[in-house]
Order: sequence, then C-alpha cells, then structure tokens
Amino acid sequence: MRRYVIRRVAQAAGVLWTAYTVAFLVLDYLPGDPVSAMAGQGLDQTSSDPAQIAQLKHEYGFDKPVLVQYAEYLGRAVRGDFGDSVATGRPVTSTLADALPATLQLTTAGLFLAILVGGGLAVLATYTSMRWLRQLLLSLPPLGVSVPTFWVGLMLVELFSFRAHLFPAFGNDGLRGLVLPAIALAIPSGALISQVLAKSLLNTLNEPYVQTARAKGAGRARVHLRHALRNASLPTLTIIGVLAGQLMANSVVIETVFSRNGLGRVTAGAVGSQDIPVVQGVVVFGSFVFVLVNLVIDLVYPLIDPRIVVAGRPA
Amino acid sequence: MSALLLSACGSGDGGTGTGSPSSGGTLTFAVGSDAGCVDPQQVGSNDTIYSTRQLVDSLTDQDPATGKIVPWLAESWTVSKDATAFTFKLRPGVTFSDGTPLTAQVVKENFDAVPKLGIRALLAKSYLAGYAGTTVVDDHTAKVTFKQPNAQFLQASSTFSLGIESSATVRKTPEERCTKGVSGSGPFTLSSYVPNQSIALARRTGYAWGSSLFKKKGEAYLDKLVFKIVSESGVRTGSLQSGQLDAIGSVGLADEAALKGAGVRLQARANPGVVFGLGFNESRPLFQDEKVRQAISLAIDRAQIAGTVFPSGTKPATSVLSHTTPSYTDLSSRLALDKARAGSLLDEAGWKPGPDGIRSKNGAKLSFTITWAPVAATNQPSLELIQQQLKAVGVDVTLKLIQVAQFQVIQQKSDFDALWGNITRADPDILRTSYSTALANIYRLPPSELDKLLDRQVAATDPAERAKLVGQAQQWIVEHAVVAPVVELQTELGVAKKVHDLTFDASSRIQLHDTWIG
Repeated sequence: MRRYVIRRVAQAAGVLWTAYTVAFLVLDYLPGDPVSAMAGQGLDQTSSDPAQIAQLKHEYGFDKPVLVQYAEYLGRAVRGDFGDSVATGRPVTSTLADALPATLQLTTAGLFLAILVGGGLAVLATYTSMRWLRQLLLSLPPLGVSVPTFWVGLMLVELFSFRAHLFPAFGNDGLRGLVLPAIALAIPSGALISQVLAKSLLNTLNEPYVQTARAKGAGRARVHLRHALRNASLPTLTIIGVLAGQLMANSVVIETVFSRNGLGRVTAGAVGSQDIPVVQGVVVFGSFVFVLVNLVIDLVYPLIDPRIVVAGRPA
Repeated sequence: MSALLLSACGSGDGGTGTGSPSSGGTLTFAVGSDAGCVDPQQVGSNDTIYSTRQLVDSLTDQDPATGKIVPWLAESWTVSKDATAFTFKLRPGVTFSDGTPLTAQVVKENFDAVPKLGIRALLAKSYLAGYAGTTVVDDHTAKVTFKQPNAQFLQASSTFSLGIESSATVRKTPEERCTKGVSGSGPFTLSSYVPNQSIALARRTGYAWGSSLFKKKGEAYLDKLVFKIVSESGVRTGSLQSGQLDAIGSVGLADEAALKGAGVRLQARANPGVVFGLGFNESRPLFQDEKVRQAISLAIDRAQIAGTVFPSGTKPATSVLSHTTPSYTDLSSRLALDKARAGSLLDEAGWKPGPDGIRSKNGAKLSFTITWAPVAATNQPSLELIQQQLKAVGVDVTLKLIQVAQFQVIQQKSDFDALWGNITRADPDILRTSYSTALANIYRLPPSELDKLLDRQVAATDPAERAKLVGQAQQWIVEHAVVAPVVELQTELGVAKKVHDLTFDASSRIQLHDTWIG
C-alpha cells in the first residue's frame, strides 16, 4: 500500500510537470508575446513604436532565450510563485484565488445537480417496466452529451431570463444567478453519469446475486436500490475524475455565456492576451485538481472493493 | 483646402428632451470586456474607457462637433511658435476625490510618471513622445515642453489617457492604480471594482469644474453608474430588450433589428482617425507600381461593403481619415468605384488578363495576400467582399488570418503584402504616426513630399495652417494610393428610451456627466 501511494504521488508530480511544460511550449510556439498582444489591442498603431515595445519586452524578460525563461518560470513555480499577471500586474496566485470561489460554487452546484438528475434518470429508466418510458429515458443522455453547452446556456437565458423574467441573464449575484449556469453545466455531466450508471445497473440486475436476492423474496424496489445500485455505483465513481475535467472545461464556456467571474473567465482572458504567467498558473492548478481527484479515487477504490488491490494493479 | 469639415453625426445627438432633466437614479451599462485595470491612464480598450473616463478630468476637452480644443481643468493655454512648449493656466478650486487640490506640481507629477507606466499605457506614452519635462511656473501654471514640435499634444491633453490624477495616486505603483483605482477630479468616483464582473461609480458631491462642453453646471445628474461586463453580445442585446440593462456598447448589424423592435434607441458615431482600409507594403515589387495600387483602390465598391457588412449608417470611406476627424478633407470623387479605369491602369502596368480571368505579367499571376486579425466581426465579411470585387478586375486575393498578438510582429518585420486595419484618434497627427518614413514606417514607404507635409503639420501652431497641411497630406496619400481606404468604423450603442443625453465625445466614446433618467 505504501509503495502504491508513493508511486501514485510521483506519477502525479510527473503529470503536473508535463502539463506545465506543454503549456509553456504551446505559448512559446504561438507567435507574438504578451507585450505585442497588449500593443495590438484594437490594432491601434499609435502605440506601435518599435523601440518602446522592444524596451518593454526587455523589462518583462520576453527577449531572453526560451530555455532561460522556462527555467526561471519553473524555478519560481516550484516554490509556489507564478509571478504577476502581465495584463493587470497582480500576482497570479491572488488572481486565481479571487476567481476560485465563484467557480467552485458553480461546479459544486453543477455536479450536485448532475448526480441528482443523472442518477435519478438512470434509476428510473432501469426501474420502470414500461418499455416506451425506458426507451425515452435512455435516449436522453446521448442527447445531453451531444448538445453544445454554449447553445444550452443561450437557450436557458432566452427562455428563463429574457422571456419569463425568472432569473438574471448574467452575473455572480446570489443564488438566483447560479440557477441557470448550474443547470447548463449539469446537463453534459448529468448525461454522462446517467449513461454509465444505467449501463452498469442493467448489467448488475442480470447478475446471479440479484437473482438470488429476488428468489429470497426481496421486493423489487429493495433489490434495485439496496443491492444493484450500490454495486453499480462503483464504475460511476471512476468517471468522477473525467467529470472533474469536463466540469472545469465547460465552466470556461458557461462563465463566458453567463458573464460570471471565475477561473474559466480568467483563463479565456489570459489566453486571449497571451498572459503567460496566468495561463501557466491556471494549467498547473487545473492539472493539480485533476491529479488530486484521480489520486483520491485510486486510493479510495481499494477501500471500497478490496479485490482491486489483491488483484494487483488498481484500476 | 477645407478647414474644419466636421458634422455631428445624425443619430449621435443622444436623446431627445422629453420632460425636464432630474437628478438621481442608477444607469446600468453593459460592456463586453474588462481590461483588468481601472486606471484611465493605463487602458486603451473602449469598454473600460467608458467607465474610467468618468473618474478623471483632463486639462482640455475637444468639441465633437467642431474638433476644437476647449477649456476644462485648464482655463486657458498658450502654445509656443514652434509647437514645443504648452503653458496651461489651471482653474482654481479644483480638488481630487482624496481631498487634495489640483496644482501645477500635480500636473508635472502626472506627466513625469507616464514613462514609468507599463505596457498598458502605450497610448499615454505615445502622446508624450519626445517629452522634455514640465516646469511649475507658479501654483496654477504648468509649462509642458518637448524636444521636437508636437502639435498633437494639445488634442492629447483632452484625452482620458492624460487625465489628471492626484499626487498620492501617481506615487502608487501602476499595479496598485490598476486594481485599487485612482483618485481623479472627475464627476464620479470609483465605489467598487470586481474584475470580469462590474465597475461601479458614485457621483462626486461638490463637483464644480466640469468641461466647458458639459450642458449641466456642477454635479452630474446620476447617483450611480454601474458597468456590467457581459461578454456575449446576444446576452447584452436580450438583457437590454428585457429591461435588465439601460444601455449597451458594441451593437452590431445582427443585433439592430431586435433592438429597434424593442423600442431601444440606437446611437452611432463614426470613430475619428484612420478608416478601415488596405495598407500596401511598398517594399513588395508589386506595390512599388503606383498604377497597381490605384487600380485596386478603384476596383473596391465601398458602398457595397458599408451597406451589407456594417451597422446601418456606416459611411464608406471618403478619405484616409474618417469624417469625424479634425481637418478631414472630402476626397470621395477619387474613391468612387471605377472598374473600367482600374482595368486600363492594370493594362498599362503590363498585367494582361489570362484564360482563368486572373491577370498575369511575364508568367507571374497578379495575386497578393491581405493579412488581418479577427478583432471585429465585420473584418472577415468585408475582406471576402473585397476578394470578390478584386477578382472581377483580374486580381487574385488570398486572405491570411493572424492573431492580434502577431500584428505587432508582422508590422515590425514588414512581413505582409497588405494589412487590413484602422486606428481611432481624434487628431490628424495619426497620419504622421502611420505614414511618416521617420517613424516606424510599417508600410516601407520611400521618402517623399508626404514626409514634409506631415512634419510641417506637427509643427504648425496656427489651426488654419495646420488644417491646410493635413488636407494636402490626405490628398497626397489618396492620390498616390498609399492605402486603399474602405469604410469608416462606427461606434454604435443601444440605449433605453428613458435614458437621456448620453452623448459621444470627440473620440466617439461616451460622456455621462449630463446623462439623466426620466
């Protein structure tokens, strides 16, 4: 177990370093730099005195060799210092820390709704004995996965804000402002949960032990919820890692549509202005969350189902 | 030739007076982006200028109807004969929102600090290019001097970029000014700033030093201004229609119909400065031939582009400068569509039509690339139309999309055939910045008569003399087809009917001191 934990932690560090390096290389490969990006805003050539721009590039260190820049950035990043945003001059860590609560609120609400609705849908679809209803319910998740989040968001705004005047169309204000973005975010994730859970519920219901439980006279609902659901939940747990990534990626879109402040918005802005320190910070933070979630799942999994470690390699 | 041919744009008069103005209320205005900084000296993006402009006053103001520079914080000023020294006589009794008074020393501290601002302050820095220093003549007299003639500085003194901030503000780091805000003497003060979310301002009580252009004397009408950052244009439009907002910026052609139907007023004004057009790289052999450049300019149907791609009311280019720029000269007769003449010019230049309709000379095809960045939704459709229009006279055009960050690099290296772009600036000196061979010379122009005209206008202190020189420069540029001007960029706002007197300033940005709700 101990060796297993050490190996997993080492892997996690490797993933972080790789993500950091890839992000650096991609940003370096892009033509231009933050100074040029800022100077090119609105294509205002009034501001394009080449000497002045060269001087600024020098001040910010963008004229140094790539490897030197990489080593400098990495050296500081290891110590938890991601430098200052080129666009605002604020430290990257406080920029991210300020945006984090809003994103956390959104993704938590989204995940909660996704589990509730997605899980409920799967249980209902597998429980019902009405064939048409089951078919209908099972066809919803593929639809939910395939509609673009962007479009869903705009539709929700159109219906529930512009027409029905029930919720605000934009902003971070209060619980009412959270409803529409959380629903939009929950749809693709809920659909994924629903698909995985429904499939594994259907498989589980055919297992011999379920037949045994039934034979012993357990009620249909009891078998479905107590026995089958519990076992069928395990595969669903593994996809939470995937969900964490999906939620973070979709929050970029949702935060833009609903004009909510948050990490997604910060990321979109930073990429647009090639604000390298901020992008680096976001990438490392994102990979950190992803790695952490997967690490926790991997460590928790053997506790729930001891056969997994006994069998050698954990899932 | 023409002195000040400026017209206040038709729909830009900002609200008709139904009822009488009353104080109070909150104006909620949505913009598309947040520059991440609330210091007017450090931002260049329109969306952020709308709010931060209200925090500071400038030494002078510029009349949007005439382009004339008029008093604001400075009651009067003199300009030395060679346009190197500007002496401003400051209005007494002005205070900043931190309670300190406006003095000549504060003006000096402001201008001295500009070079130390970061990359965000490129506009302010360019206005002060060649800055030699500011002398405090007495408590209320400041003399700003330059190493070379700099006639554009007077207009620059009217811009938000050189808005005056308090001494304590100027001593802060650029970052602190960005995130925590500034103390200006403006009609509003910053009450809160949440990045990517909102910028809220409150009326400054006791404000009594408004620009001579303000209709209302003393304090502003509105209690509060709230600028919401709403990045999706569809959400901005829908929110204005459904009454969640009072006004929005950046209205496009696609949003117009919905807004008109909802009883929203559309207000538009052409941006002053260099119009959208094709700037030719004259280091390319093809464009060293003036006939080719002229033919391209003559083959462009400007009215079609303005009418189909841009918001209604957008004007086709009638000069290299837009009609709201001071000293603009109407050269529309030279910029009219004439395919026949374009064809004969290309024939004369030796480019003969080939079997596929594209002209060629010595085995080489008549083709070139237009480099552009996706900063405005109108860019791609405009260029696709130009591509078709030029094909009709046998010119093959390839469109090359680049990112905004690449623009600077490409300009510096002169790595393009033709560039698509515009520049907003309410002073004709923008022609010198763009086309003088002594400066960046992005288009690699050879030295010419144009340099002399541009240098003389920047040294001319007599407005009539300067206007004459600027007119000649425009004529030279259009005649020699240094650039093919295409269409004027227009700023369009959507404003709810209950909002009155929301007006454009000379740079087509907004003035909210006189705005009222009722």
